[in-house]
Amino acid sequence: MDCIATKSDFVIAGKHFQSRLLIGTGKFGSHLQMAQALEASGSQIVTVALRRVEIGSHKKEEDILSFIDSEKYLIVINTSGAMDAEEAIRIAKIAEKAGLPKWIKLEIHPDPRYLLPDPIETLKATERLVKDGFVVLPYINADPVLAKRLEEVGSAAVMPLGSPIGSMRGLETRSQLEIIIEQASVPVIIDAGIGKPSHAALAMEMGADGVLINTAIAIAEDPLQMALAFKNAVVAGRIAYEYGSGQVSKFAMATSPIESFLWK
Amino acid sequence: MTFPSLRKLPFYSQANDRLLSKFWKLLLPKTDDELQELALEAKRITQLYFGKTLRLYAPLYLSNECINSCSYCGFSRDNSILRLTLTPTEVLQEATYLWNEGFRSVLLVAGEHPKFVSLSYLEECVTKIRPLFPSIAIEVAPLETAEYQRMVEAGVEGVVVYQETYNPELYSLYHRFGPKKNFFWRLESVERAYAAGARRLGIGALFGLAPWKEEALCLAAHCSYLLKKCWRAYLTISLPRLRPAVGGFTPPYPLGDRDLFHFMCAFRVCFPQVGIVLSTREEPAFRERLIPFGITSMSAGSRTEPGGYTLAGIHALHRGFKGKAMALCEEEKKGAKATEQFEISDRRDAKEIATVLKKMGYEPVWKDWESCLNKFKSQ
Repeated sequence: MDCIATKSDFVIAGKHFQSRLLIGTGKFGSHLQMAQALEASGSQIVTVALRRVEIGSHKKEEDILSFIDSEKYLIVINTSGAMDAEEAIRIAKIAEKAGLPKWIKLEIHPDPRYLLPDPIETLKATERLVKDGFVVLPYINADPVLAKRLEEVGSAAVMPLGSPIGSMRGLETRSQLEIIIEQASVPVIIDAGIGKPSHAALAMEMGADGVLINTAIAIAEDPLQMALAFKNAVVAGRIAYEYGSGQVSKFAMATSPIESFLWK
Repeated sequence: MTFPSLRKLPFYSQANDRLLSKFWKLLLPKTDDELQELALEAKRITQLYFGKTLRLYAPLYLSNECINSCSYCGFSRDNSILRLTLTPTEVLQEATYLWNEGFRSVLLVAGEHPKFVSLSYLEECVTKIRPLFPSIAIEVAPLETAEYQRMVEAGVEGVVVYQETYNPELYSLYHRFGPKKNFFWRLESVERAYAAGARRLGIGALFGLAPWKEEALCLAAHCSYLLKKCWRAYLTISLPRLRPAVGGFTPPYPLGDRDLFHFMCAFRVCFPQVGIVLSTREEPAFRERLIPFGITSMSAGSRTEPGGYTLAGIHALHRGFKGKAMALCEEEKKGAKATEQFEISDRRDAKEIATVLKKMGYEPVWKDWESCLNKFKSQ
């Protein structure tokens, strides 16, 4: 299966991507395994936590960034660890200073257990970073009003969660996600909680513009094969969405209708 | 819950009762098959929440001077041992060694001695090594909130205070003399650290001092309470077992390998997102066996004496006993170094540990914090 089968490109902030699958880089058993999974996934956008990166003269040979080809992948720094807008902005500025792309996946979660995003601080930080010329992709709870507010202050996409990060519980926020997708004028990327390729396919069938996967691939028995499975699921879901998924019915619908000969 | 010591803890009523009951049930004796079932669940949860990664850190001992008399501790003032307090420049020398070994997370450890380990001394040490380490934690005597705040403003991100034992009667038996006698002051220190802005809180008990199930339950209750009260902090626990040390203390309630494993798996199942720290107190093979079932962070290549990595400060070495400092004679000085707090069981260096982890399918994580997230004053 090839991404070309889909009708339209995935466009964020004017940049075109063929793949609608974004990959997070935490939790892999090795950097090499991560690099192989990225390759298999066909992804073109990769998120990396700045807290894991060594920058400047401190850079080590085994640093995570040396395993990600910046020619091939757009590296989007995430602000994991930030508890408020100020901290997230500081991380973005450090990434910019280090010469990394001015694309930021904004994650502000004051609670280190469930990592649920702080809506107020996220809105504040988005506003500031957009003014400073960053392409901002904010991670949010599945809150349709917040999604619109973020759009109004210039976020390039919104990244609502399906369920808490790393939980792999799937699209527990489905009805809210449907509203977000219906109302959005920027791409909607379902970010967290997707545990199986079928969850990803469902998100795409619902009309999400993309999905971000990390844990489900990183902790799989074979991350490479799982990356491939997600790649195909995302494409399948997207094609189904573009060409119209079948309608749900309470009744049986015969695949060989009888009307044709009864009323002949 | 049946243990009277649990009911004496001030946070008892605020701990999650249902969770503690579940934990207690999981601690009931298990057949090998039942234990295996629990272990597999612990492994699944650990991998789900923490992935196939393991954070590495190193302890850096600043001083082994101490005014407390604790019957199990090598640094006790009642032990006639070789003592030393590193100057901030010598601390930097030790820190540079650890940085070159690959560490980006360090734990500063010191005995309790207001004269040698003052607040301004600690501030100076932290400030000195801050450019090297994005993550600096301290394991020192309990401080006031305002004092913790000064440490946070100096660049400290994590605060570790082990209660040693949660049983107040036994606590008072082991802590014979000195400010450490104050059980509740110690118990509440991580909450003060949190109020002062610490981001990472480490708690634990020293296993061997009290019956382990009672201790485990109290530790779980403390965790449950802190998760509610200090909800913005990342919480870690440690399960250190008493090791041989100067003073020849014999643990009255030893915790066996199987019980420690059982306890750790039960804890992981009840507290999926709490970090579990494993030190070099344990034997190499046992450390490796524990890792997949709950461990999230471990020390490597550790030394538990000041100057242990580079022999920094060795010129100031002296014998200390009951608050008196005695100069060493020339004969004593030969090859002498400060006395360690306890014997290390896993003597492999950081690179060896990293290689072992990789072979086990784990990515060693050296850096997991960014200094711009710290609240030091210059910002």
